[in-house]
This record gives sequence, C-alpha cells and structure tokens, in this order.
Amino acid sequence: MGSRPRPNDKAPAGRLNSPKQLEALRASILNKRDPKRPCIALCVGTGCLAYGCVDIFQAFNNEIAKQKLQNSVDIRATRCRGFCERGALLTIYPQGVFYQRVKLEDVPEIVTETIVKGRIVQRLLYTDPNTKEQYAKEADIPFYKKQQRLLLDANSKIDPTSIEDYLAIGGYSALAKVLFQMKPEQVIEEVKKSGLRGRGGGGFPTGNKWQSTREAHDEIKYVICNCDEGDPGAFMDRSLMEGNPHSVLEGMIIGAYAIGSHEGYVYIRHEYPMAVENVMTAIKLAESKGLLGSNILGSGFHFKVKVSRGGGAFVCGESTALMASLEGKVGEPRAKYVHTSEKGLYNRPSNLNNVETWANIPHIILKGSDWFSSIGTMTSKGTKIFSLVGKVNNTGLIEVPMGMKLRDIVYGIGGGIRDGKKFKAVQTGGPSGGFIPESHLDIAVDFDELTRVGSMMGSGAMIVTDENTCMVDMAKYFVGFLQEESCGKCLPCREGLKRMLQILTDITDGRGREEDIELLARLAATLKDAALCALGSTAANPVLTAIKYFRDEYEAHIKDHRCPAGVCKPLITYSIINEKCPGCGKCVEPCPTKAITFVAKKEPVILDQEKCIKCGTCYDICNLKAVAIK
Amino acid sequence: MNKLVNLTIDSRKLQAEEGKTVLEVARENGIDIPTLCYNEELEPYGACRLCLVEITKNNRSRLVTSCLYPIEEGLVVKTGTEKVVANRKMLMELLLARCQGVKAIEDLAKKIGVDQPSFKPEYFEKNGCILCGLCVRACAEVVGTSAISLVNRGVNREVAAPFLETANDCIGCGSCVYVCPTDFIKMEETGDTRTIVNWKATFKMQKCQKCGKNFAPEKQLEYFRKKLNLPQGFFDVCPDCR
Repeated sequence: MGSRPRPNDKAPAGRLNSPKQLEALRASILNKRDPKRPCIALCVGTGCLAYGCVDIFQAFNNEIAKQKLQNSVDIRATRCRGFCERGALLTIYPQGVFYQRVKLEDVPEIVTETIVKGRIVQRLLYTDPNTKEQYAKEADIPFYKKQQRLLLDANSKIDPTSIEDYLAIGGYSALAKVLFQMKPEQVIEEVKKSGLRGRGGGGFPTGNKWQSTREAHDEIKYVICNCDEGDPGAFMDRSLMEGNPHSVLEGMIIGAYAIGSHEGYVYIRHEYPMAVENVMTAIKLAESKGLLGSNILGSGFHFKVKVSRGGGAFVCGESTALMASLEGKVGEPRAKYVHTSEKGLYNRPSNLNNVETWANIPHIILKGSDWFSSIGTMTSKGTKIFSLVGKVNNTGLIEVPMGMKLRDIVYGIGGGIRDGKKFKAVQTGGPSGGFIPESHLDIAVDFDELTRVGSMMGSGAMIVTDENTCMVDMAKYFVGFLQEESCGKCLPCREGLKRMLQILTDITDGRGREEDIELLARLAATLKDAALCALGSTAANPVLTAIKYFRDEYEAHIKDHRCPAGVCKPLITYSIINEKCPGCGKCVEPCPTKAITFVAKKEPVILDQEKCIKCGTCYDICNLKAVAIK
Repeated sequence: MNKLVNLTIDSRKLQAEEGKTVLEVARENGIDIPTLCYNEELEPYGACRLCLVEITKNNRSRLVTSCLYPIEEGLVVKTGTEKVVANRKMLMELLLARCQGVKAIEDLAKKIGVDQPSFKPEYFEKNGCILCGLCVRACAEVVGTSAISLVNRGVNREVAAPFLETANDCIGCGSCVYVCPTDFIKMEETGDTRTIVNWKATFKMQKCQKCGKNFAPEKQLEYFRKKLNLPQGFFDVCPDCR
C-alpha cells in the first residue's frame, strides 16, 4: 500500500475522499428521504420481467403523474425477492403491504385505493393454498415469515442501479470501517472468527482461504468473484448480483484489502444479462464515488474490478476452469495439488469466492463475528440462500439460518407438496447433489449434515419431488446433464458418465440387467475417487443416493419391468377406468395421435393402445382421474 | 540443487529433490506406475488417471494422480492398495469399452488384470484415440506450432486441426505420430511426399544434396531454420551426411 495522501476536503464532483465525506453524503441522501412517504417497490427482476413488470412500472409512473402524486409517492424498481411464481410483485412501504400477481390493469386501482385512500386491494393479497388465509404484509406470509433474509432483504428495498439507495441502507460503511480502523490481519481474523464458509459449494473456511492468499509470496494477487451459477433451477447468485451488486463489490474490496490485492474479476455468465449490466453499472458508480479504483475513500488503497463474461459452460464454475477461462483459455480444470491461493489466475496467488460469500462480508464487518456466528450450527454459520423448486406449493428463492430442519423448509416455507401429493425426496446441491428421502427430512440443513446423508450443500439448489417422480429417471436426467457438461478432459468423468447414462437409459427402457446396480455403484466409486475435479467426483451422488434410498425402484424397473412412479414410458401403459369415465370426451381432441375414440355420452371413451404414444395428455386433462397409469 | 525431501513409496524410504512429482521419484527408483497420458518431456496433464496412488497425510488417505502430485516431507505413498487397484481396473474397463481392438490398450488391460469390460458389448466402440492429449501437448510445448488441439466438450471431444480441416500450421514433423500411445495418428511416406493422415496434411520432402535421401519435410526444415536463425541452405544436406 502506498503512502496515504491527505484527505482532500474539496473533493472533485461526487468523489468521496474520506469516511467523513461518505457519512456526509449518506446523511444528505437520508435527509432528502421521508420515511413516512409511501414508496411502491416493484420487482423488475428477471422472473418478473416475464409477467410484464416493465410495462407495469411505466403504468405506475403514468398513473402517479395523472393523479399528480409525483411529490407524495415514490416508485422504485427493485429486483428479485424470491417469490417469483407470484409475480408481478410489489410492496408498498412503509406499511409493507404486499401485492402479488399484479397485472397492468390493477395499477390505477392500487394507486387510488392503497396510495390515496389507504385501503387494501383484497384480491391482490397472497392466499395460503393450504389454509386459505390471506396476508396483507410481506413479513406475515409463511413463505417469508420463516426466513431470515440477511442478504436478500435489501433486494426488495433498493434499486440496484442507484448507489444512493445502497448508501441509504448503510452501504460501504463496512468498507470505510475496514480501511480506516482495521489492519488487513484484523479483517482476516474477524472473517475467520465468524466461521463463514464458502457458499459456492465446497464450504471451505473463507478466512483461511484469505489468509493463505495473503501469505503467498507474490506482488500481484487477484480476487475473483464466481458468478458462474449453472445448476438447473438455481438463481441465488443471479438474484444477488441483479438485486444488490454493491454488496458483492463491497465484500470484494474488503477482501482485496485484507489479502493485499489490487486487481479483481467478476466472472459472470453471459446468459445473465441483467446481472452483467447491474454489476457493470455498480462498478462505474462506485468508481465515480471513489469507493473503487485508486485511493479508495482517500485511504491510499487501490483496487480495480473487471467483469469477464463466461460462455455458459457448467464446468467453468469449478475454480481452476474458471481461471483458465478468465485467461482466455478453454475452460478446463486442473489438479489443485498446488492451491489457487498460491498459483491461480496467471499463476499468481488468487482468492476466489462465490457471490453469496462476498455479500456476507460487509455484514460480518459491521455487526461483528460474534453476531454472525450466533446464527447457524456448530460447523456452519450464518444464513444460506436456497432456490426451492419442484413440487412444493411455494417455490422461490429463500434464505434461512443454517441448521433449519429440512422439513421446515419443505413444509413451512415451501407450504408442502402440491395437489396434496406425497413427498418423495428432495435433491440438494445442484445436479451432482444427492436425493434425501422422507426418513432424513428432520436433518438440520448445514454443510456437514447434507454431506452425511449423501448429498451436499453445493450452491444451494433444492428440488423437491413427489410420488409421481421416478428416481431412476431423475438420476438419469442429472447424469445426462453432467455428461453434456463434462469438459471431457479426464477419463472417468467423460467415459464414466457416458456409460452411466447408457446403463440408466437401459434401466428406464426396461432393458436393465440385474448386475447393473452393482456396476453403477462401482462406476460411481471410480468417479468419486478418480475424477479430476469436483464436477466428476460428485457426479455420481444422484445415482448413489437413488440406489441407497430407492433401491426398490431400481429393482422394480430391472426385475419386474415396472416403473412404480409411472414415468418411464417403455414400462407404462395408459388405460381408461371405465367405471370412472363419463364419456365427456374432453380428452379426445387433445390426443395428438387420435388414439381416443368418443363412443357416446355416459359411455366410456376407448383408448387404442397401438396408437398411444404415452404422452400423458389425457391423464393431465381428466379431472375425474379416469385415466390410469400402470 | 533443491532441498531434499524424505518420503516413503511402497514401504521404501526414499529421498528426492523438492519439486519433483511422486511419479518421477517412483520411476527413478524402479517403482512401476502405469500411465497413458504422461511423457517426461511434457507438462503433466492428469487426464488418464491411471497413475493414481494412495497417499497418507495427517492420518488421512486419499487417491491422487502421481504425475501431478508434488512430493513433500513425510509423504507416504502406496501404489497398489485395494482402492488403487479397483479404480485402475475400472478405468481400464472404461478404456477397453472405448478402444476395442486397440493393441496398446488391450496389452495394458491384460497387464492390469482386466479381461473385458462389464458394460453391454453393444455399446463398445472402436475408437483409436484415448484423448490423452499427448499429440496436442507435444505440438504446442515441444514443436511450438499448436497445429492441432482438443476440440468440443465431453463425449464429443476429439483431437483436430482448426475447423476440422487441413492443419495449415502443421509442419509435418511427425512428433504427434511418435508420441501417440495407441498408434492412432498415421503418417505415410511415398516418393518425395509425407502425409500426416489424421490432419489431412501433405508435405514435400527435402532431398539431401549428398546422399539423395528424402530426409524431412521442407516446411519443417524451414520452420526450424528460421526458429534457430540458421543460414539459408543449412538443411541442404541431411544430418547423416553433414
């Protein structure tokens, strides 16, 4: 670090040259804001975009202008709050009234009724599908109530493209504290004491990683933010990056200061256009305020961040492959016997953390390691964001303290299984996570417990399955995904996954051999022991846990040529239950192969097995459950 | 000379220079570890995984690839544990299923004790390339031409010249042919031409002005002449006649 220049009281336009100036700016932003003034915070995140939220946002602006309310109400474009399936979403502050499934035509009514008259529009409130209870406030909805939104809370309050919004919620005060009140070693000590573990999947203690990189001998060191989230159904990092990029940047700058790095990269997938745009805007704004770049806040510390866009290869989430990709090489991993903290990007000491890990840092610095480590379990501290998807009533992005029971996540936050069906398993940790059955639903969700039952934390994807899910088919899906995403460098991953997929396809087609289960287990062991990187070494988890907990399903496929869940087409037949079928004919027209013939009203329809392609359309259409799967 | 490090491989107490890999030290001491993607002239790559060994450190044991693992003080290595053997056999089964009829693979399988893979024979392949990357690395690291590379991902991975067309940067030196462990890369010489079949590249050979033998492709000689800053006409005679 260079010598500290004297703080310049006459800062160039906008640039902050001391913590004092930062606090003065914050005070002036807050002074201009009336906490009692209503604010419509509408989600314009990626999920809600599909619901036309941009038009809704415009409509609010127009309506506010029309009713001449510009000076008495604010409108703010926030990003993802997690309850995407209920979009478009908005919260009206300061009361916290939460409206869901808002449509363009609801806009005038919301302004007139709620903003002007202070009344609630009942039909836009969330109704619990189980209890039918209605909730007016976001905080009371079971989906939100049982969460602890340490990182995600700001997503519903700030416009990520406004640095003022981030400053208004205390942004960059952790950075000021670190730069002017803490030595780098103290920062590392604090992060170590907090017990924070990497949120990208590995769960390595963050403070230790920082220390190794700090202690590595080299003049140039890099810090990297991994935003290459690629798990099917996962959008934790995306939502944080879209909704609160400054929190990630602030974490990175603090990390860089602690490690002694002056150059950083955000590696982010190209398929996340909004996240790319928002983090680039955030970098520009932070630089213009002197919070990033040279002589940060007049401290003499300098740190630059560049954004690098990935092409969307799943394997590039693996740190060494990511670094190869950053260097402009093919994204292939290498052995990590020499750690990246010693030789990483361009063979220099490099510290890579996931988006969520970085976003935790400002909180730890501001509220202290004691506070942070009071949340969570013995070995896993803080909160974790999960994308809860699949067959639960409430799907979405959730943040819970480590150690919450899996059952409370699935039934409490998720509201249980859809359509009153039976729970079967939950798959955690992305495509190479394992299936966790009913018997383990009471485990406390943390790094070690998930591993103990054969799954993993991974990045935090959580896919819930019900009785209609075939576990062999599901394992086949994930193995297929991983086979496609394998870089192909090492033999066990490339050839092993290919053979695994062939075996699983045979089993689901009714051509499995009795010895196949044993062979799968042997292949899985070799993947685990011999693969080059974590993609390969964890790839067998879905197969291993499916065999461990649902062996009977494998055996039913192989020995009885039967798919108990009724999923695997070669093993099932559809038939009409004559006693139940009133001959309404609703299924006749939609059948793509005209396999169903209408006879007469009150006479059951006839299904021609020769023509049936087992698409399941009739099964889905029939409200009377007169179509059977065998 | 680097610092000496004490380690144990298969109960033999050994000393070797820091910075070496487990495989290097094992081979120097006559301990056999099978490999397919390793060549001492090239950077270790760790793709075939056959060189797996079991190491014990701080009472924890795990499998590592010996071609990449740097030796360290007090390291205990075992090259033939049950776990190592089981994994090596499965790797061999995977290779055999890919490379039916490839002699080098069949010979190695026999040595490792694998007869036929446990997979369904209908899925067996007759692929001569094991994707060890030796040719690509020799071309890049030794020759410095990078005329070929590994293209595509996962099961579609293959070695190829750019755009799967003729390798324009190939100088016809034949290093890839020489280094290929399965003889998959073919080179043909007729009259005064040499063809590297796999890269669809044909070269005119240089005739020795003394003995009249076609001794190397003109393009290769010109490449080395320029690279080593040798005078015009340096390669007019072959090395034997010089």
